[in-house]
Amino acid sequence: MVAVIPESPTTTDGTDARHARSSRRRRRLLGENPLGLLLSAPYLIFVGVVFAYPLGLAVWMSFHDYFFSAPGADVEREFVGFDNFIFVATDPEVWRSFLNVGIFLIINVPLTVALSLLLAAALNRAVHARVFLRVSFYVPYVTASVALVAVWLFLFSGPGLVNQVLGPLAPDPSWLINPYLAMPTIALFVTWKGMGFYILLYLAALQNVPKELYESAATDGAGAVRTFFSVTVPGVRPATLLVLLLATITGANLFTEPYLLTNGGGPNGASTSPVLLMYQKGLEQGDPDVAAAIGVILVILVLAIALIQRRLVGGDES
Amino acid sequence: MSATVSRAQSHADRAAARTERRRPGRMANILSYVVLGIGALVFLFPFYYMVVGSLQREPDTSLAGAFPNPSNITLQNYVDINGRIGLLQGLANSGIFAMGVILCTLVFGILAGYALSVLQWRGRGTAFAILLLVQIVPFQLLMIPLYVQIARDYGLSDSYFGMILPFAINSAAVLIFRQYFLQLPRALFDAARIDGASELRLLWSIALPLVRPAVLTVILLTFIGPWNEFLWPFLITKEASLQPLAVSLANYISTVAASMSNPFGTILAGAVVLAIPPVVLFILFQRHFNSSDLGSGVKG
Repeated sequence: MVAVIPESPTTTDGTDARHARSSRRRRRLLGENPLGLLLSAPYLIFVGVVFAYPLGLAVWMSFHDYFFSAPGADVEREFVGFDNFIFVATDPEVWRSFLNVGIFLIINVPLTVALSLLLAAALNRAVHARVFLRVSFYVPYVTASVALVAVWLFLFSGPGLVNQVLGPLAPDPSWLINPYLAMPTIALFVTWKGMGFYILLYLAALQNVPKELYESAATDGAGAVRTFFSVTVPGVRPATLLVLLLATITGANLFTEPYLLTNGGGPNGASTSPVLLMYQKGLEQGDPDVAAAIGVILVILVLAIALIQRRLVGGDES
Repeated sequence: MSATVSRAQSHADRAAARTERRRPGRMANILSYVVLGIGALVFLFPFYYMVVGSLQREPDTSLAGAFPNPSNITLQNYVDINGRIGLLQGLANSGIFAMGVILCTLVFGILAGYALSVLQWRGRGTAFAILLLVQIVPFQLLMIPLYVQIARDYGLSDSYFGMILPFAINSAAVLIFRQYFLQLPRALFDAARIDGASELRLLWSIALPLVRPAVLTVILLTFIGPWNEFLWPFLITKEASLQPLAVSLANYISTVAASMSNPFGTILAGAVVLAIPPVVLFILFQRHFNSSDLGSGVKG
């Protein structure tokens, strides 16, 4: 983007040379329109208070013996090096929670990418009932997790509708109290809830696939399936990268679903998430330093996975 | 102009291609409607089941229970849940929480979006990089330090301000505003500047009226964040009279439900009340929630 900024007429009429000089100096220091800094200030201060400072505090806490003290009390927080991290790394509960995020991602990411791309491609060629379909796809996305979790509890409970339909095929113990199925059920729930958003993302990406590619594919006699895999899938690669990234962040943020759907990460920690563990260890058991260490590890992992995905999928984001 | 022509051209080409291979095209069309129909059913059924279940006097999890049964219908569940968690108070708290966030986001988001698109100033590039970076930092990971900071240091637990603060300015909204302001022709601003209009005057009388559609999109997108948020208000509000509906309903699900005669009916009744506002808003204003806005919001 090339922005052409015109010389403001008030400073170039030559009658007040000193004023012109000082304003030129101010410009060199602050740019053409220093007002921009003033207008952005509230947002930048907000980011400082709500993101930068807590991020720094989290890192600081994770290297100190931090505990909750009475407000106003002046207490010494001892520097403990990597003690909190060693404590976390030797805790099987923590390992289990990270493994659970792995299970979550293995189920959620491929399902989300495949189904949302399929539905977006189908919706893109549909002529009738487009509005109805679009709205029905994103309604779960705009609804509160808490409300939807309530229905899933009902649907996937022991005598619930899903098991009634499955009959003798129903798993025993039932979905949410089965150690092997609790996490996959949560992954299914999150996939279902978030898919509308990803369908919209893919719909936007499909608009950017050059029509000529479809025409030449048709001229070359490629069928619908072949065209889908040779033209559509590579054409929406940047969107796929975004889906991968956002799904990873969602997986890292998982809290409401294990807290409510499986009653606090049950059975036996089979569906705990790192954030749930942070809540339990940091606020329920009063070890905020340990919780902060989990958070720091999680941020590093998320950033690492994001970088790897960028490499693998290799789409240039616009 | 030329874009319209070439689009019409490619449209004609496509129509020609379609007539050429009519049969496989029709098959694919039928197939895509089957896929879309199954999709719509899977997405909508739980909502239907939520409403049906909330009206049942006796919970019926059998297949027949998926259809409303006139002899088993009651509104008692809504009365019961209202008696336990105070639906109106919860809705009001959720509303105040969401309105606070929307107001802050609109005022400060428009200012920042304008500064990041129309104005040239030192540090603009850095500010934009920060805006993009903030979107990748998973918010929940900051929950412990934020809790220490806001609840302990600032003493803002059990207050609307403490609830609103971490969400006050939605970064995606800043990106959307920036995107819309960037699309405005630069000559417009130059002309007004030559006429001697101040920068704030430019924003208020020229830029803002032109990005009105963005305002509605931002209101919709921003609304669902706080309205549906659970973790943060759950941490910061211990007093029941201040809890948003999502929090009080979740507390009800995890603690009190066991002591009720029809826990599922009452839970689902609460869920329906919590779900209605965003669902109705998004059906009414679905035009303003489209893929291009969302794309610009996420991609920047």
